Formats: sequence, structure tokens, C-alpha cells
Amino acid sequence: MSVAKPLPHDSAHLHVAGTARYVDDLPLPANTLHLAFGLSTLAHGEILSVDLTEVRASPGVVAVWTAADLPFANDVSPSIHDEPLLATDRVHYVGQPVFLVAAESHLAARRAARKGKIVCRELPAILTVDEALAAESRFEGGPVIWARGDAGAAIAAAPRVVEGRFDIGGQEHFYLEGQAALALPAEGGVTVHASSQHPTEIQHKVAEAIGASMNAVRVEMRRMGGGFGGKESQGNALAVACAVIARAFGRPAKMRYDRDDDMVITGKRHDFRIEYCTGVDEAGRILGIEFRHLARCGWSQDLSLPVCDRAMLHADNAYHLENIRIESHRLRTNTQSATAFRGFGGPQGMLGIERVMDHVAHALGMDPLAVRRANFYADAPGPRRPGAPPPDPRSISAKKRQETPYGMAVEDFILGGLVARLEETSGLAARRAAVADWNAREPVLKKGIALTPVKFGISFTLTHLNQAGALVHVYQDGSIHLNHGGTEMGQGLHRKVAQVAASAFGVEAETVAITATDTGKVPNTSATAASSGADLNGMAVKAACDAIRGRMAEFLAAEHQSEPHKVHFEDGRVFVGGAEMSFAEAAARCYQGRVSLSSTGFYATPDLAWDRRAGRGRPFYYFAYGAAVSEVVIDTLTGENRILRADILHDCGASLNPAIDIGQIEGGFVQGAGWLTTEELVWDDRGRLRTHAPSTYKIPACSDRPRVFNVALWDGANREETIYRSKAVGEPPLMLGISVFSALAAACAACGPHYPDLQAPATAEAVLAAVNRARGLGRGRA
Amino acid sequence: MAEIGFVLNGAPVRLSASSPTRTLLDWLREERGLTGTKEGCNEGDCGACTVMVTDDDGARALNACLLFLPQLHGKAVRTVEGLAGPSGELHPVQEAMIANHGSQCGFCTPGFVVSMAAAQINGRTDHDDVLAGNLCRCTGYAPIIRAAGAAAGTPAPGWVRDSAPEAGPAPFAPASSDELAAWYEEHPEAVLIAGATDVGLWVTKQLRDLPEVAFLHACRDLQRIETTPDGFRVGAGVTIARLRSAMAGPHPAFAELLRRFASEQVRGAATIGGNIANGSPIGDAAPALIAMAARLHLRKGAARREIALEDFFLDYGRQDRAKGEFVEAVTIPASATGFTCYKLSKRFDQDISAVCGCFNLALDGSKIASARIAFGGMAGVPKRARTVEAALEGRPFTRATFEAALPAFAADFAPIDDMRASAGYRLETAANMLLRHFLERTGVRANVLEVEP
Repeated sequence: MSVAKPLPHDSAHLHVAGTARYVDDLPLPANTLHLAFGLSTLAHGEILSVDLTEVRASPGVVAVWTAADLPFANDVSPSIHDEPLLATDRVHYVGQPVFLVAAESHLAARRAARKGKIVCRELPAILTVDEALAAESRFEGGPVIWARGDAGAAIAAAPRVVEGRFDIGGQEHFYLEGQAALALPAEGGVTVHASSQHPTEIQHKVAEAIGASMNAVRVEMRRMGGGFGGKESQGNALAVACAVIARAFGRPAKMRYDRDDDMVITGKRHDFRIEYCTGVDEAGRILGIEFRHLARCGWSQDLSLPVCDRAMLHADNAYHLENIRIESHRLRTNTQSATAFRGFGGPQGMLGIERVMDHVAHALGMDPLAVRRANFYADAPGPRRPGAPPPDPRSISAKKRQETPYGMAVEDFILGGLVARLEETSGLAARRAAVADWNAREPVLKKGIALTPVKFGISFTLTHLNQAGALVHVYQDGSIHLNHGGTEMGQGLHRKVAQVAASAFGVEAETVAITATDTGKVPNTSATAASSGADLNGMAVKAACDAIRGRMAEFLAAEHQSEPHKVHFEDGRVFVGGAEMSFAEAAARCYQGRVSLSSTGFYATPDLAWDRRAGRGRPFYYFAYGAAVSEVVIDTLTGENRILRADILHDCGASLNPAIDIGQIEGGFVQGAGWLTTEELVWDDRGRLRTHAPSTYKIPACSDRPRVFNVALWDGANREETIYRSKAVGEPPLMLGISVFSALAAACAACGPHYPDLQAPATAEAVLAAVNRARGLGRGRA
Repeated sequence: MAEIGFVLNGAPVRLSASSPTRTLLDWLREERGLTGTKEGCNEGDCGACTVMVTDDDGARALNACLLFLPQLHGKAVRTVEGLAGPSGELHPVQEAMIANHGSQCGFCTPGFVVSMAAAQINGRTDHDDVLAGNLCRCTGYAPIIRAAGAAAGTPAPGWVRDSAPEAGPAPFAPASSDELAAWYEEHPEAVLIAGATDVGLWVTKQLRDLPEVAFLHACRDLQRIETTPDGFRVGAGVTIARLRSAMAGPHPAFAELLRRFASEQVRGAATIGGNIANGSPIGDAAPALIAMAARLHLRKGAARREIALEDFFLDYGRQDRAKGEFVEAVTIPASATGFTCYKLSKRFDQDISAVCGCFNLALDGSKIASARIAFGGMAGVPKRARTVEAALEGRPFTRATFEAALPAFAADFAPIDDMRASAGYRLETAANMLLRHFLERTGVRANVLEVEP
């Protein structure tokens, strides 16, 4: 069966040959207009005048528009219509689009866009968490608070109390392909090519902007050069700009951001400050815990509410917390509107509790893994694996039903066994001893090693998004063509879905062609996000395939005096009533027999029930698990650091494609490690982003990957009925990178008796500050 | 108007040289429809636009976004579209990338495969250095390195081995340093372009219209490394890549610093003359050369002069260079015992120094006979730590001497806060680098890059 084979990415050949086309590579009609935005240089101001004389006079300029020129809706928000395409009376951040240039070339548009004179009356800008709190500048009124038990009383009664606060930096997506869109005028509407994770939303926003209904807009998306959440909503502006210009001038319009513009204009991962206070017993068990999440959401709401919700939903990570209170502040600041980024708030929430585990271990002088284990949810009962340890005494039967802080039963927990196996395969005990020896011996270079777990909830927390559609055709020559609602951004979704279809018909995956995601083929799609692509679209495709196969079986069975359920599709052959034929012959027979060989398919995730106001219910269909052991070395003179080795064991259920899944795990780990080490976003006191290009914003380079990098898949099946019992893999591995942060904190802690209070990202500078704190040489908070 | 002549994927190309600052990347994508070469950053930091350029010095990987078309005159260019064989058979590095799952979104992939193909021709197996200038956001690099390892054993196919074509005189490019000297004296407002790794950004990022330009690549006499009684006289046109290999023997610490200078693609284009002449306070060559007491050779017309390199850097953005005068060469002393360089940046590879400290301490028995210490990133210019030097010279080579010298850093430097580091961190680590120099010379491990897992 095609499913479970480690096949290469479906576009691998095109990638290496340079023939895979991205939006910017599409051949353009000769009269195409090229667009660029003129940007605000002020973080907050009232627009008094916009002098565009020089812009209009710039060579090659065809049109210059401000908000007043927009014919219909001036809005590109994915949520509450608070994000104009072009600023109206005020500017809200440095980089906000104020006017739009259409010119004969990309360069002409860029040149002209710099010539505008935007005159503003400067208003006080709210840039930091503290400023936002002081000004009560926030979304959703007050903070969102979810609680279970009585955290305050439990902490007060606890033998030990540990408290602290730390800052977690944001993260630039740095998809290698910048944002891009192309709009082609069509009869009665427009066709849009957009580098977007969410074609339906592009369709929706474009329709509003051109005053048309959605059926006038077709959005096509073949592939993105990386998305990571940064193309869930941030591409709306380009597509809408192209569409309104294309409609007004009857000419194709294309826009792509230069890298610096891309980084200055678009949103990033939310940075958080997390404050915590926990009461623990002498064994490190958390008796009560309080979290305060302070998220800088930027100037517009975008997706910040569900992002901050998900941070709260992962404040427990792998740990059973009976008494907990989480307070989440969604702060409005005059900066880029923070947006979706792989993990969608989950990483920040998870890092909060992992930090607490390390802090508790430091305070109690315990092994951090022992503290983690003391707080794990109990493993779900199941067949014991050879070599697995005996069941935890706090097993599910002993502790009855274990629930997350939001009241969802944790029924599929496997981290007890998974961590035990990883501990063994990584040689953790011996290596921890070797690290201690090294640290006792070496005066300058210190090592740290840490194991951190991941439990990540799978499903959109906005329940209605958990649906998908597909359209499958079998042609009379036996070739298969399909479309589904998911988008390909490198994650290998199309390959996995093709394997699902191939398995349904018993053919090779090469028999299946998947073409561009197209709102004209599959409507009302959800964003390819929340790790859901294969789960949702795989099921929808399977439903469509099963429908076609059922019709084929019925027809062929009748032809061969057999029963439909006895018709068998395997190895490119169809077996029916003693006869055998190729799949192509079977398809031809069915065609001649006037059988419909085309079907849609649909899927909606079952069993979800979530009340986000109350913070109660079952937001997730299941959890994906994993754990990583990272070993690092730091230089106590400069704080320079690197990852020496990483060992990962990750749960993909029954993997649809182990090669693709391992690729997601390796890539996610390095991206997560980058978030917490070298990737530092710096704004100045005027709200200007100073790190707006790869020269100043440092994602991991080749040599930053762990020298030794062992990745293995946990060999269990999903207990829920997902597509071939697989599990989602897009986001969870990013949080394996937390082990690097934890190992760095351990290395800092090896430098002295005090708590190092490492801040994220752990740049060399942050590490040196933590080393100094460990030694009692505090230069104060980093 | 002179023509630019080069070979593109095996086929000769001749262009009118009307717009000397058109980049190869834009031309490939917009004029030739060769869209396999990608724009990822347009500033030479991501490698998505990597192409292979072959000239008399062999094949190398370069960033097409920072190559102006006249620089290609007389060279052969191979893009990703030119890697596959005549009948469509894939290049071994392409095969290896597929077999090892080396691509996910695929956008960086053409740049990677071209870098790998160029490395294969040159028999390079130092994959981390070869690929440091290619960023990938999807894979975490592990499968790419597996692919590079798998392809390393295979021979480079004949069809990617280009040779430089005969192309005649290069447009906008003096053919010798004499010609350059005469022309530049007459056109002192012109911009001289060697590797274009800095000037390129004036065009791609600042969108500047350059005045008259002269390309230096045809001045072969500026590209020599000669041994003289004073040391190595390195012509201004010598690339960082060539300088690095020349320094590996005599000055291994300098060579290691140059290993971390930008990336393979940038080192293959950037020149030592350009790195000095642009006067950057964070260029990595200057502090090392100043600490080694390098001498700078300047020329204006027929007049030549020689100065200590440190005297060239007057103030931020201001150098001791007259209009019409250019950097001709730098002389590096033949030896500097115990010389060490420490580059501190957010990322090890392909990053700009927050602090770059270079230490040249000569010992006389147990005493410090002389100390030359220079830093980048600590002032508006690359600058010597003279107070620190004075606190060391003539004193015993002991930890106490070094500890006692640490406060002197505050007298030498008042660094700034910026996106790379805070002033306090700069000052603290600069002083700690001095300690590291002492510790390393006494056998203490103090380099995380040397720790094996």
C-alpha cells in the first residue's frame, strides 16, 4: 500500500531542477503592472497630509492610490475588520502601508514608493508590555482567565514556592519565498495567484474589496516557498492590492515584497512575558500554579485571540495540574500585528511550564527529569512494549480520569513510555554524568543536557474550521487527478494525500496527480494550518476515493457476477470474481459502463466541543507527543553556545510517510532551537524594527544544526480514527527545540549557585548574563 | 557601446552594456525567463540566487543578486537550469538531494544544488563551510548535509565543467592598475567596484543610481599575492577566498577568522581591498591586519604612498584616502607568533561581528615583549586598544597581568548599543577575549567550536 512508504516530496524533481514554479516565477502578460506600498515611518500618528507628487512623477508610475481611491472595502483583516489595506486617518506602526504604487516594473514601483511624503502629527506610541499595561491597551477588554481548583490556596499551603518571570522573544517566519500575489482580470471578476496558506480567505477578502461575491473570484495556489503560519493572513494585503488595481485598470497586477519590506510590514510570532508562581512539595510535584501571560499582539487583532488561547491550552504541556489559574493579557501595541507561526501560541505556553520545571528542579536541587516525571499525566493503558518500564503507580486507574486544566480527558498519553525509551536510546544517564565531569574539570566551557517533552493538541480551536473538502477524478486511462483544500508549503502534504488516494485505489502514488489548490475546485476551505493538512484533507480525499471505488466495485461486480465487497484493488490491479485486470482497464470498463468516476469528498472532525469563553471542553481531537534530549556547550567568557547533539523520539501515529515526517521533525526542531537562540527581533525606542533582513536577523545556518542528530519515530498508532491512524506533524516538533533552551539553562546553572534566570532567546549575550547571575555577578535582568 | 560577452549554461551570450548596474539575478529572471535562480533576500545573505561562475581561476559559487552584468565578461555562468545533462539526466547532487529528501518547500533548493555542484568540481567536502551561505528554513539542514555527503564521492559530470570564453576587452573595466590609476584620477567621483558585495547593496537595497563606475576585475595585476622582505604583499583585488587559503599556513588564526567571513559566495567575490576601502567599523579583516601591523599601499595617478593600516581609518565613514586615490595592496608581516582572532556574532557563520578582537602578543621569555591588540565593533572604526597594550607590555605573562589590564578597556573603548549587542556586553566580552587569549595560550579550552559531541 502506498501509505507508509518513505516516498520523496512530490515536487522533489522540480525543486532540484529549478523548474518548480512559485508565484514570482509565473510568466506575465506584457502589460502587467507591478505594485509597491509606501510605508509609515512613524509608530503612531495622525495623518495630516500625504504628498504624492514625486511618487506620481517617478519614472514608470501608472497610478498611486490612497485609502480614498479604494472602490469598496478597505480591509484585509482575517478577524474583526480592524486592518485597513491602506491607512485612513492614522498610522499604527512603522511599516504600515499608507499608499499604493502601480508601475511598469517592480523596480520602478519600489523606487517611487520611497518618494512619498507622509506628514503626521505624532502620537504617543505604545511599544512595550509595560507601556501597554499602563495604558490598558488591549484586545478583548480585560484579561482572559481560566482556572481549575484553587491555585492560590494550594500555593499558600505548599511546602515550597517558586516564582519568577521571563521574556520570550518573537520570531520572524523567514519563509525563503517572500509574500507574493498576482491578479489577472477575468470576465466578471478576477483570478488570483497568491502565495497563501488560505486561498479561501484571499477569495473572501478580494471579493469584498472588488465589491463582488465570492463566485467572481478564483484563487489558485500551487506551492509556497515556505509558510510557517506567516502566509495564513499576511498575504491578504498583496492579493487585495493586486485585485483592486487589476480591476481598475484591466491589467494584470503583481506584487511581491522585497525582503526588508516583508520583514517590516508583516507580523511575526508573538513575544510573551510569562510570570509564574507555583507551590510544590519536596518531591517536586506541583500542587498549585499561577501563570500570567502577557502577549504583545501588535496593532491589529489578526489571529491574536486564538494564538493566546492556544498558549493557555498548552500551559500544562505534559503535566497534570490540579490547581491552576492562567491569566492571559492580549496587549495592543504600535508594532507589526503579531500573527500565526508554527505552534500558534502553543510554544510560548509550553515553554512557560518547561521553564517552571527547570526552576523547580533548581530550587529543590533535583534532577529536572525527575521533576517532570513526578508531574506527568499517566500513560494511557495499552499493551506494554518490550523493554518498557512497569506501569506508573499513579496510573490512570489509580488516579481516575486525568483532565487538562480545560477539562479535556487525557486518554492517549504515552510520554511515560516514550521518555523512558528516549532516555535509554540517548544514553541520557551516562551522558549526564559525563557532562557533570566535564563541568567539574573545565573552567571556561560548560555543558548542559536536558530532556523536554511535547504534548500538542491537534485541531483548530475554532471548531468550525475542522472541515475539509476534496475533488477526485479517475480518468478513463486509469490516471487519477485530485484537488483538496490544503496548500503545499513544503510540508509534503500533496505527497501524503496522493498516497492516501493511491492506497484507496491500490495503485502507485505516481498514478495520482495533484494540481494547484483552487477555490474553483474545492470551496470553503480552511487555512492549511494547525498541523491539520493531512488529517483533514486526507480524510476528505479518502471519502471521495471510497465513493468512486464503491461505484467501480459495484459495476465490476455486476459485470462479473460477484459481490461489490469482494472486488479488490491492489498493486495496480483489480480483482473481481476470479477475473483480474489493470486499474486502467477497470477504469475504461467503468467509463464505458457510464459510471461516474468523479466525486467530491468531505470530512468534519468528530467529537469536538469547546467553549473558549469558559475555557472548558474538548478543543482537540487528540494529542501528538514527542521528546528531545539536547546537549549544548557554552563559553562563559562570551556566552557563545552551540548544540552538540540532539536525540528525538516523536509520535506521528502510524506515519503516512516516515521520510516526510522525519523531515518535519528535523526542520521543526532546528526552527524551534533558532527561535530560542540566535533569532532575536530588535525594535528601537521609536518602534522601528532593526532586524529586518538576514544580515541582522539570524535564522540557523547549516553548521548550527546539532553535530549528532538522531531522530526516530514512536511506533504507535493513533487511538482516534484519523487517516490511516496517523498523527499530525507540522507544528509539534518545533517545540522539541525547547530542550535546547533547557540545556542552555542547565549549562548556565553549572556556573554558580544562583538561579541563572535565562531569558529567551538565549543569544550569546543572554547566556553570558545568565552565567553572571549564576555566579552572583548580576548585571541585572537581561 | 562595448558589449558584455559571457557563456550562459554553455551558450554564448552578448549583451549591450548599457546599464552597468543591472544584476545578473534580475537579468536571468526577467530577460531570460530562467526563474530557477531565486530572489530570497537580494542582499547576498540567503544564497537562493547562487550561480556557478567559471573563469581562469576555476569554478566558484556566487550570489547572482550581487553580480553586475559587466563583472561576467569573459566568464561562464551556470544556473540551476544548466546542471542537468544534455538528455535531461540529473546532476549527481540533484539526484542526491531527491534521494535524501533534501528539499521541502524547494525555494532554497536551486541555490543549494548549485553550491554543491561548484563544491564538487573543486573536490570540497567541508560542507558546512561550503553551504554556510545558503539558508534553508524547512529542513534543519540534516538531509541536505546527507545529500552533500552522498554526492561527494561522485565525479562532477563533464557537462558542468565550463571554461572561460575569449571575450575581448571588458567594458567599464580598466585592464591594469596603471590604466585604473590614470582613469580614476580623471574621474575621482566614480565608484570603483571590485566584488560588488557591498556596492551591490547600494543598488539593490538603497536603490541608488551610481555615478560613473569602473569594475576592477580586469586588473589582474591587482590580484597577486607576492612575498616581499616585509611579508606578503596582497593586491587589493585578491578575493577573501584566495587570501584565506594563502593565510592558512603562515597565519592560521587569521585564516580561521576568514573562514567565518561572510559566506562562500561572498568570499569568492569580495576583495581585501574592498573590505578595507569601504571603511566599515565591523569589517573583519581590518582588526586582524591592524593587530598584525599591516601596511596599506595607496595610489593616486602615478603617486604612491604607504601608511600603517590603522592610520587609514580616521573616523566613522571617513578614511585617509584622497579623491581619485585607491587601495592598491596591503602588506601583511610574514609571521605573528601566538596571534589569535576572536569573532563574536549572533550566529557563527555568515554573520557580522558584534565584536572582533585580534591579539598579537610577542613574548620574551616570561615577559610580554610587545602587544598589538585591535578590535572591530567597539568604535566607529577598527581600533587598537592602546591603553590595554600599555598595561600588558613589559609585564610578566601571568593571569594577574591580564586581570590587571581588564579595566583599561573602558579607557580605550566606548562602544554603542545596536541590534547586534549592547554596549555593556561589548565591553565585557572584549575584556574577556583578552582573558581567553591568555587562557588559550596556557592550554585551557575556550572555543566552543572545538568541542566534539
